[in-house]
Amino acid sequence: MKNSIMESSPIQYEELEILLNDLFNLYGYDFTEYSKASMQRRVQRLFLVDKFPSFAEFRHRLQHDPQYFRRFVEEITVNVTEMLRDPSFYRTLRTSILPILATYPFIRIWHAGCSTGEEVYSVAILLKEAGLLHKSLLYGTDINPLVIEKARKGIFPISQMQKYSENYILSGGLKDFSSYYAANYHLAKFDSSLMEKMIFSTHNLVSDFSFNEFQLILCRNVLIYFERDLQSKVFKLFDYSLENFGYLALGSKESLRFSPIADRYRQVGKEKIWRKVHEAV
Amino acid sequence: MKPFKLIVVGGSAGSLQVILNFLAAIPSGFPLPILIVLHRNGLFESSLHELFSSRTTVPVKEVEEKEMAAPGTVYICPADYHVLLEKDHTFSLDYSERVNYSRPSIDVTFRSAADSFGDGLISLLLSGGNADGVEGLEYIKAKGGVVVVQDPVTADVPFMPQQAVLKGNVDYIVPAVEIPAFILGLSGFPRP
Repeated sequence: MKNSIMESSPIQYEELEILLNDLFNLYGYDFTEYSKASMQRRVQRLFLVDKFPSFAEFRHRLQHDPQYFRRFVEEITVNVTEMLRDPSFYRTLRTSILPILATYPFIRIWHAGCSTGEEVYSVAILLKEAGLLHKSLLYGTDINPLVIEKARKGIFPISQMQKYSENYILSGGLKDFSSYYAANYHLAKFDSSLMEKMIFSTHNLVSDFSFNEFQLILCRNVLIYFERDLQSKVFKLFDYSLENFGYLALGSKESLRFSPIADRYRQVGKEKIWRKVHEAV
Repeated sequence: MKPFKLIVVGGSAGSLQVILNFLAAIPSGFPLPILIVLHRNGLFESSLHELFSSRTTVPVKEVEEKEMAAPGTVYICPADYHVLLEKDHTFSLDYSERVNYSRPSIDVTFRSAADSFGDGLISLLLSGGNADGVEGLEYIKAKGGVVVVQDPVTADVPFMPQQAVLKGNVDYIVPAVEIPAFILGLSGFPRP
């Protein structure tokens, strides 16, 4: 009994740190400021799934096989997302944020850590219904190239559509949600008119720079995987990438409260949306 | 013996009353943080905090990410997030896949707590209808933590504690009515 337990706990904290240092030195990917508890869990899972006999062999493979490192990035990042998650958040976007964005001649939105893109499609639907999609551009970025490829395709499991349809109605949607996709066997392919205004690209929040100025940045359930210092760095990146009076949206359990930019932002209602009210001096 | 650092409680169907009785028994000035992983319907969400607060004199709060686990405080896992514990005794939230059809999952929190608290951990598994938490208890035991299970005979839904007992690796099997006094005693606090 004891053996099976030990087998299911192959990567100790100290080993995790060795591994993360390797990856930074060899590949330039810096995971050292990710939350350790979550990282350890993901790395342990990968170790077990790929049936490595020892930490040494796991480490050796990662050091010498760039293809396997790619798999590592794909597997240790969390890619759980859904369309119109937290419908009340999207309701607030519809009623309080989009009417203000509507006053801009051109709307730029950044989904940072967009995973397979469900959130980008959700916002595109809202923009379309508000008559704003034609003058909007939605950037979706993620560290993981595999999910970016999926996001570009706009094809999601049909099994999710009932849930998404419920979310859509709760978010204030008045149409038939199924009008946005074509069903084909077990897949739902989203309307290409939504995709025309999307740009997907890899981007690493830890090491890459700002690439544009936005009126709305969404980064929901990404920062929970980062340690406080890294969160602060990313908040500064967002601040730098956000126009004055632009909006920053976070996950339902994330907050700007303890960040270095907090004093220049005001929360919008009860949702996790903040508006930038002053530029940095 | 090293002093304990955290009590972690897992419960599912039928565990609410046991948790409420335990909360009612916690005296102010209690030295350990208490983390409760309870399976529940999301709709029940907001009332859970109020319900817990109404039964105890110690502070009750929902876990906030990167918050330090404070002594004498009862923490509730937020709906739809796993709760993990870091080495520095702060909480991390995790929105990865469900485990045992559950998020929060008891196994996920138990394992993470064992990794970060080792033999400084007291764990308690209560009534429930699935086996979430059973594997986590084994892991806690392997890491030197103390494992307490509600006596299945006294559980509304005995499956979960029963599975833990069948697997072995349980230190104490305690009837529901005795759980509050037992856990307080184990924590080194005078029994009420």
